[in-house]
Amino acid sequence: MNDQFTRRAVVAGMGVLGLGLLAGCNPARGLEFKYGKNMSNEILGRKFSLKDPQGNVRTLSSFYGSMPMVFFGFTQCPAVCPTTLARAAQIKKMLRGRDREIFEVVFITLDPERDTPEVLDAYVKAFDPSFTALTGTPEEIAAVAKEFKVFYEKVPAGDTYTISHSSTSYVYDTRGTLRLSLGHSLNAKECAEDLATLMEIC
Amino acid sequence: MAVSLQPIKRGLAAIALLGLALPALAQTTVSEAWVRASVPHQPSTGAFMTLTASTDSKLVGVASPVAKTVQVHEMTMNGDVMGMKEVKAVALPAGKPVSLDPNGYHVMLMGLTQQVKEGEKVPLTLTIEDAKGAKETVEVEAEVRPLNAEAGGGHDHMHMNH
Repeated sequence: MNDQFTRRAVVAGMGVLGLGLLAGCNPARGLEFKYGKNMSNEILGRKFSLKDPQGNVRTLSSFYGSMPMVFFGFTQCPAVCPTTLARAAQIKKMLRGRDREIFEVVFITLDPERDTPEVLDAYVKAFDPSFTALTGTPEEIAAVAKEFKVFYEKVPAGDTYTISHSSTSYVYDTRGTLRLSLGHSLNAKECAEDLATLMEIC
Repeated sequence: MAVSLQPIKRGLAAIALLGLALPALAQTTVSEAWVRASVPHQPSTGAFMTLTASTDSKLVGVASPVAKTVQVHEMTMNGDVMGMKEVKAVALPAGKPVSLDPNGYHVMLMGLTQQVKEGEKVPLTLTIEDAKGAKETVEVEAEVRPLNAEAGGGHDHMHMNH
């Protein structure tokens, strides 16, 4: 009984701590990013429900307590996608301590027909083993892209196609509120600086 | 007067001869050729290099045994949207290094017949056409760099920290 009580207390304590952490994000006011754009007041990317390569459903709430940086691409992308993933890996290396622990990288495929879960998983993990890839049906992907106002279209290339798409990365705070967008032209150091600013309020 | 013109004429003749000789020497040098590694079953990847032609030429084709289709694509940024399209030729102005990198023109190896692994070499056959329409082929062995290899080219501020 006593033992159980203690366990309960610990669990409750953890819950309170967790709430404290979640509630700890200060309002958008005063958030000043040096390079990226403050997205705190944008109605964008409020929800998504997709699957990771292991088949688990992942929504924004799956990432509560961490700070996910979300962006869109496809594995046959020669330029922006590997550059953005490599930049994300560099950013992670630049962050310190808790900042690095809560930073998560989420790559959403815009090419669910060709990016199989196996290819997706191997692809993002080649950049950093902690990175997550998400996929869905073409309709689900279209809905998520719409939710983020991410533009993408198939461009015919020979007997196949390539994809033109938006290249911006979106960062959430630990409560799942969209806070920051980082353009493709920013370097890792600039992104890491803005992320540190965001992490200070959470 | 007539006598003093003679050396100049000779000189002109020599220059003319040189001019004639040049097209025969037309050649394109390729440096820093690399291919981005792929993961198993990934159907395509990119190849990058710097080309310098000795006379005005253009790159009109690329072939490789590792891919069913090889195309030259141009990446453009329109706001935050990355656009990709196939191009039929890339101009190679005389003496000017033209870089095929992830931020502009690049070679797409599509329909990979095998996984391209870091450390391997990928043979590429480039077809270059000079201003007169004469074609030459250049064989290149491109080294395979890791998937997260630096973009290079226009992104000088991006460096990998190893």
